[in-house]
Amino acid sequence: MSNWQMDETDRKIIKATQEGLPLVEAPYEAVGAEIGLSGDEVRQRLNAMLDAGVIRRIGAVPNHYALGYTANGMSTWDVPDEKVKEIGEKIGALDFVSHCYERPRHQPIWNYNLFAMVHGKDKETCMKRVEMIAQMLGEDDRGHEVLFSSKILKKTGLRIA
Amino acid sequence: MRRKIDPIELDDLDRQLINELQNGFPVSERPFHDVAVQLGSDEKTVLAKLTRLRESGVLSRFGPMYHAERMGGGLTLAALSIPEDDFDRVNDIVNAFPEVAHNYKREHELNMWFVLATETPDRVEECCHEITEATGYQVYNMPKKQEFFIGLRFDV
Repeated sequence: MSNWQMDETDRKIIKATQEGLPLVEAPYEAVGAEIGLSGDEVRQRLNAMLDAGVIRRIGAVPNHYALGYTANGMSTWDVPDEKVKEIGEKIGALDFVSHCYERPRHQPIWNYNLFAMVHGKDKETCMKRVEMIAQMLGEDDRGHEVLFSSKILKKTGLRIA
Repeated sequence: MRRKIDPIELDDLDRQLINELQNGFPVSERPFHDVAVQLGSDEKTVLAKLTRLRESGVLSRFGPMYHAERMGGGLTLAALSIPEDDFDRVNDIVNAFPEVAHNYKREHELNMWFVLATETPDRVEECCHEITEATGYQVYNMPKKQEFFIGLRFDV
């Protein structure tokens, strides 16, 4: 990762693109026209941000509900803190898991320290997959729960003011 | 914001576009043309297809995916426990924060889970506090301590 620093021009580009790119023949020119830059300048800046990892990627994000991946179970696990890295890496490597993070507990309401987003075409598939994880963990699974999302309440990209 | 998703039929080109464009999108003068050539289509068709996919809600986003922490910002996952009869009111308040990037209703005592993306790391705590104040419910802040894998992609 480079030591990229956001300047005013980057900020303008981020503001102009954080809601998405315009669906026109020359989208980078269109973005530039809005903020007084050429298409080339916009592309150079975007490439620099891609290189620095500031932009993870440019592309499409499907709404998984619309594609029939309706289950989207957030599996949450209570595993021994000293083994969380080893276990997290194992779970994260599974192809039906999209994100895997260690997060703090909030006892007593929240006793889980490992989160793994499990995807499937339906709830049943998700639950089977969670069961696979539970078996893989054995005794290190000191309790788990799956939180299904029943509704997307909001979904946007990042915003900067 | 609740975006309605209209069920639409997907043809082969729609599927190819959804699959391909999750991998990346050219940073070129005529990127839709480049994508079209790669898929054996033409620019006009690709643009029309993508416009339809986005308007119908099949694509929830199309563009650069910014990495909040590397932009110097803050990012967290936070949860609220809200009685069902107060859910809509709280939802409106939470969604009105521009820092709330995603928000999901989930089946649990903690029934609202949202991602906060803030311009500065300090703003995360402030935001949690402001949401607690504005809603009257305690925000449980769960910033990630370690990240093991990120590879969200869906094949159709």
